[in-house]
Amino acid sequence: MAEPLPVVLVTGFLGSGKTTLISALLAHPAMGETAVLVNELGEVAIDHHLVRQVDERTVVLDSGCICCTLRGDLQDELRDLLARRARGELAPFRRVVVETTGLADPAPVLSTLVGEPLLRHHYAVEAVVTTVDAVNGAATLDRHPESVKQAAVADTLLVTKADTAAPADVAALEARLRALNPVAPVRRVAFGAIAPDDLLRGRTRDVPAAALADREAAGHDHARHAGDVRAFTLVLDEPLDWDAFAVWLTMLLHSRGLDVLRVKGLLDVGAAGPVVLDGVQHVVHRPRHLEAWPDDDHRSRIVFITRGIEREAVLASLEAFAALGRTAGATPAGGRSA
Amino acid sequence: MCPLCGALLTEHWSDPEDGGARRGRVLRTRIVRRVLAGFGVTLSDWGGTAYVLHDGKGRSEVVHDLTTLWGEAERLAGRPLDPLDPTLVAALRRSDG
Repeated sequence: MAEPLPVVLVTGFLGSGKTTLISALLAHPAMGETAVLVNELGEVAIDHHLVRQVDERTVVLDSGCICCTLRGDLQDELRDLLARRARGELAPFRRVVVETTGLADPAPVLSTLVGEPLLRHHYAVEAVVTTVDAVNGAATLDRHPESVKQAAVADTLLVTKADTAAPADVAALEARLRALNPVAPVRRVAFGAIAPDDLLRGRTRDVPAAALADREAAGHDHARHAGDVRAFTLVLDEPLDWDAFAVWLTMLLHSRGLDVLRVKGLLDVGAAGPVVLDGVQHVVHRPRHLEAWPDDDHRSRIVFITRGIEREAVLASLEAFAALGRTAGATPAGGRSA
Repeated sequence: MCPLCGALLTEHWSDPEDGGARRGRVLRTRIVRRVLAGFGVTLSDWGGTAYVLHDGKGRSEVVHDLTTLWGEAERLAGRPLDPLDPTLVAALRRSDG
């Protein structure tokens, strides 16, 4: 079976620089063999890179990049993309970039990609990139819960328009974003100038071990200001029984999924390497088994970004379920292999 | 759809990819039973392809993975199932000790 096509979601609040980023990415020579789904073709500045118009909503650029307007339902659009490729109407592409609308909650988009059997078979979410405007970003986070969620689900956070904001404000925004989402690197971008490979290539869903240090103290106040959203890390000394953990997490997400904005971590399930866990609200990506640990710390480390849920309550509950796993006759057993 | 039993064969993130699936189901069934013990609901494994929830009133419900299990278990229990509920956590600790 062919490997699923990696999909990168570009999200961010209205006016946060998504279109500028997409325009710059589209024009980049390294964007060949990429299909990009945008909200509005007319808004993307690509005229001088246009080579061929396939139909009223699809163009091919000089890089070889295919750019399509999203007409409505992303699910239909992704299916259609595969069908048009199979019919030879579109050149083969190796990855897909999707621009979500500014007000969009990224969680249902991820849910579609992970939950729908046909899409899951052909596509795999590679990364979520979220743009945050350096000038208005802090106010947007204060006023719009959707923007907090967009930041929480990101694998990479891009601070845009940093050149037009006061340096102290940019630094404060970056600190707030790190506190809000400790698992995503925060980068500054001017006019969308970033190499596609830095955003699109590689296993960006891996967990940088450094990000999994206990961030409970750092930025705590910032996190609390963001609509009671907080990030915390659980570190567990004993190996976790995978089945007990699966029972616990599915129950937690059933009960509190809307308030578990993100769960990401490395789990020690008693194997040589850890299991990489990544979930957004009710959506859990297929866990991956790494052959080796990324550093010398072989304890389970799980980052949670929650709304109104305390670290102590999560820890007490997980420990109780982990103990059940041990007494249920379990020895540590792994999840899926890579 | 399984042609023999009519069950929907779904893939869940928590399912093991290779060996250990059977043992995993046994352990999960045991753990879920312990969790549901105070709610008047129990669980059994149905031939390794599905789980069946039962309540004390003779009602039963077939579920295929852990995610759908909790919604149905909650319906049968008639009250919310919250793993962070301190009463549940305390009960699990007692039952474990």
